[in-house]
Amino acid sequence: MSTRSVVPFGPHHPVLPEPIHLDLVLEDEKVVEAIPSIGFVHRGLEKLVEKKDFNEMVYVAERVCGICSFMHGMSYCSAVEHIMNVEIPPRAKYLRTVWCELSRLHSHLLWLGLLADGFGFESLFMQSWRLREKILDMSEASTGGRLISSVNKVGGELKDVDNAMLRSFVETLNRMEPEIREMAKTFLNDSAVRSRLEGVGVLSKEKAHSLGAVGPFLRASGVPFDVRTTGYLAYGDIDFEPVTSDAGDCYARTAVRINEIFQSINVIRQVVAKIPEGEVAVPVKGFPKGETMMRVEQPRGEALYYVKANGTKFLDRFRIRTPTFANIPPMLEMLKGSQLADVPMMILTIDPCISCTER
Amino acid sequence: MQKINPVKTEVRPTQKQNVLSEVSRLKGEGYRLAQMCSTKVEGGYEMTYTFGKGYDLLHLRFTVAPGDRVESISHIFPSAFFYENEIHDLFGVPIEFMTIDYHGGLYRTAEKYPFQ
Repeated sequence: MSTRSVVPFGPHHPVLPEPIHLDLVLEDEKVVEAIPSIGFVHRGLEKLVEKKDFNEMVYVAERVCGICSFMHGMSYCSAVEHIMNVEIPPRAKYLRTVWCELSRLHSHLLWLGLLADGFGFESLFMQSWRLREKILDMSEASTGGRLISSVNKVGGELKDVDNAMLRSFVETLNRMEPEIREMAKTFLNDSAVRSRLEGVGVLSKEKAHSLGAVGPFLRASGVPFDVRTTGYLAYGDIDFEPVTSDAGDCYARTAVRINEIFQSINVIRQVVAKIPEGEVAVPVKGFPKGETMMRVEQPRGEALYYVKANGTKFLDRFRIRTPTFANIPPMLEMLKGSQLADVPMMILTIDPCISCTER
Repeated sequence: MQKINPVKTEVRPTQKQNVLSEVSRLKGEGYRLAQMCSTKVEGGYEMTYTFGKGYDLLHLRFTVAPGDRVESISHIFPSAFFYENEIHDLFGVPIEFMTIDYHGGLYRTAEKYPFQ
């Protein structure tokens, strides 16, 4: 007869850079149920719409998360621009696309490092983060900030990037690509790594879709859902296909993110080749009135931004449905039936961002 | 050139008592739950349940008065319990029959729920 017990996982755990807690109900070593708790670092940022005007909220949105900072700020601005019928200049759309893909690159490289650290492969962790530093150098050179870029405003961008700098980014990425391919071989082919990831944490295509999974977590289960294919910003002018895998396990999620790194490099190459000249912002007058729900494909998946404005300088509501918030319920389903020893790897492979979740 | 997936967005007003039947019908039509949120409005709370099918979004919209009880949709869409507990903790909207009910403890903060 099996023994049933409850094992607390987190809020502090070697594989978790941020606090989340799970009560794991076990039968011997098998997980039969997992119940999450969040709120250890809840900041109530959405409620700040009562105290910060709609322009100041750009800086609040950028501080929801350090990794997705640019995308949070950009998406908030896009939502307000949509309400105010503001069309930003084409060059601003292309620049936003470059910064979005730089965010995806450094997020995925960060995650690969955390994964390597999680299964104890320290040199692989260091290689991932060494490469990530070069992406952060590009962010710093073009925006002035390595993580919090503060380059967005309602109506466009606060600064332009000259074409010579953009071309130098492509040259740097061209030099980095073979290094990333070399590193990817270890992630995808090393027998010790594969033994920790293959066949572990399988989530079926049907479960992933019905439980609301998003991003690489969803695409690794075989669903080609990528909001960039709706053509927002400059994505409508760029050739790319959603990266998918059918296996639905931890290995598939790793492979999807690695292939998305090469996809992002390719997207940046195309954007830099096509970027038009011109202004990067338009003047915006008045206050927003109306509501919209903006959606973007963040590194961790689709994020939804709901903005409701009443015609004054303060918004009625700003709400973000972050990818991690959407991925927690399918993660709980994935954990059922797994072995306790595999739980850290499984949680890592949804790339949880608690900072986003605790907005 | 990338094939662009067009997006349709619809806001569908409904009444509180019709929510379960509407949500069941959407489930049958192949929608999945995208998000649930609440907004404070004059005389109560505006609830927005968003469902996605492909790249299309449908927002089910209804209003509840303070203290009005709302029936959970977590037995139709299991992922709803997370959103519903959040609405309960942040806005104090009482939601009944959630599959997992934290009773105000989803957010482990010193601040007592609701945060409103």
